[in-house]
Amino acid sequence: MARNSVGPALGQAAPGAWRKHIPERGIALVLFLSTILSILVTVGIIAVLLFEAVKFFGEVSFWEFITGTRWTPLFSSKQFGVLALVAGTTLTAALAMLVALPLGLLSAIYLSEYAPEKVRRPVKPILEVLAGIPTVVYGYFALLFVTPILRQISADISVFNALSASIVMGIMILPMVSSLSEDAMRSVPRTLREGAYALGSTKLEVSTLVVVPAALSGIVSAFILAASRAIGETMIVTIAAGQNPNFTLNPFVPIETMTAYIVQVSQGDAPAGSIEFKTIFAVALLLFSITLVMNLLSQYVVSRFREEYE
Amino acid sequence: MAVISQTEFQQRRARRKWLGRVFHGLCLLSVVIALGSLAVLLVYLLVQGVTRIDWSFLTSFASRHPDQAGIKAAMLGSIYVVIIAGAVAFTLGVATALYLEEYAARSRFARIAKINIANLAGVPSIVYGLLGLQIFVHSLHLGNSVLAGGFTLALLVLPIVIVAAGEAVRSVPPSLREGSYALGATRWQVIWHMVIPQAFPGILTGVILAVSRAIGETAPLIAMGALTFVPFTPDSPLSRFTVLPIQIFNWTSRPQAGFHEVAAAGIIVLLVILLVMNAGAVILRNRFQNKWE
Repeated sequence: MARNSVGPALGQAAPGAWRKHIPERGIALVLFLSTILSILVTVGIIAVLLFEAVKFFGEVSFWEFITGTRWTPLFSSKQFGVLALVAGTTLTAALAMLVALPLGLLSAIYLSEYAPEKVRRPVKPILEVLAGIPTVVYGYFALLFVTPILRQISADISVFNALSASIVMGIMILPMVSSLSEDAMRSVPRTLREGAYALGSTKLEVSTLVVVPAALSGIVSAFILAASRAIGETMIVTIAAGQNPNFTLNPFVPIETMTAYIVQVSQGDAPAGSIEFKTIFAVALLLFSITLVMNLLSQYVVSRFREEYE
Repeated sequence: MAVISQTEFQQRRARRKWLGRVFHGLCLLSVVIALGSLAVLLVYLLVQGVTRIDWSFLTSFASRHPDQAGIKAAMLGSIYVVIIAGAVAFTLGVATALYLEEYAARSRFARIAKINIANLAGVPSIVYGLLGLQIFVHSLHLGNSVLAGGFTLALLVLPIVIVAAGEAVRSVPPSLREGSYALGATRWQVIWHMVIPQAFPGILTGVILAVSRAIGETAPLIAMGALTFVPFTPDSPLSRFTVLPIQIFNWTSRPQAGFHEVAAAGIIVLLVILLVMNAGAVILRNRFQNKWE
């Protein structure tokens, strides 16, 4: 890189340094302010959610919100039991994890322990393509491909149901589970595996009794992150799971998740200041709190329970 | 430990080996299911939508009649919003990464800022939509505009850029910096002439990853108040708009099969854009790497 005037020539250091240092400070300040902005985003999120949620709880008791099981803010007889939405979110996220957890973990074990390098190398990025597909595409797939198949298997299944959305969501978060778990397994030192082989273990025993326990902190943290992602997922459940806040764990009937409710109200153009408008901030505050706790937990698991081998 | 007979040992060993083969099969099956799902998804979309894609689909506005509907407004909306989001996230992201890695590395402040960024990456995207609605649309009076949408998505993808740029900056060898300092360069001269050019492929990859995420986002823009039916192209940064994913969502939610076909066609266009961007990232990355290595 040829630059003629990187700095002043020797002997002129004093005036050059003076001219050099003013912009230096200015640049450092600009970069610092940008970093502050990233912290202000978090502050902004909390402030925005709290501001409207506090107004909401001025009109609706917190106790009713957190223990009620009927959610009808859009009807004339309004009830604000958020558990109806929490049940929908829990159901879809739990079913999605039921798909993503075993498939993701087994895929990770395959890629880390069994697959030859020439299989692993192309398969890993292709799997990650699944995580890069926009969620609205998965919503389309759930509603128009998976649901009709499910309805052929059982006539009890509604057009909108939690099951279809959950299966597709499970496929979507699978690469998150498998990629992060595989990274954790691959960082387990080879000596541990070889020690177990020397004692006569089979590959199955090495994988499940040595590698997985050694990588457990990374795997658990991947599971928590994936679950948090499933809880915050919006478009798949909005499109395929329905807009009926049923307090149920039946995966065959329409339900509504916290995220789908926010979309439903946003689409309806609820005027700012109305109770419907305030409900979405109360729901979003709850959603934000749940995912924040899970993300912190995932970081804690990694830092607290990490096994150090070197 | 109990002593076991020769025959029992052989039986157990055979059983352990058999279990091992079953487990190997299960692991392989999981990968096949995952890859198979991707294949089924892509083939299904192609079959549903590819016949619907032609020039008039790309150049027509949305319509009440599925056979006349097109994605002109949605595609232009997506492009404008994503350009704004990418430019803002690039500027703020690189500035933040440089501060955290070059100026404040290993400080308490940097540690807190990094934990904050990791958590921001995990905030559900719809929450960013509500942030954008209250800050950009209402407080700053930008309205439900292209600009407000771009800013909202910029905040959403900011953590991706910061993390990628941070990694790229950290991977620049210290010897390069020290060589420049030894020649009398100031901190910013070192960053501008040595660190940024070296880290550029990594930064670029991060920005493209961020833009790919932004272009597929639906929920935050709905929450922020983007339109679903737009029979015009946005003509200024303060114009109202829609984007491709919202248009696809709208068509998917309608009961008529004709609109589902149009939705599939829209999805194919969206996926092709994503594919081109990611391929572009790989090519650019390779070119820059050859140049500086």
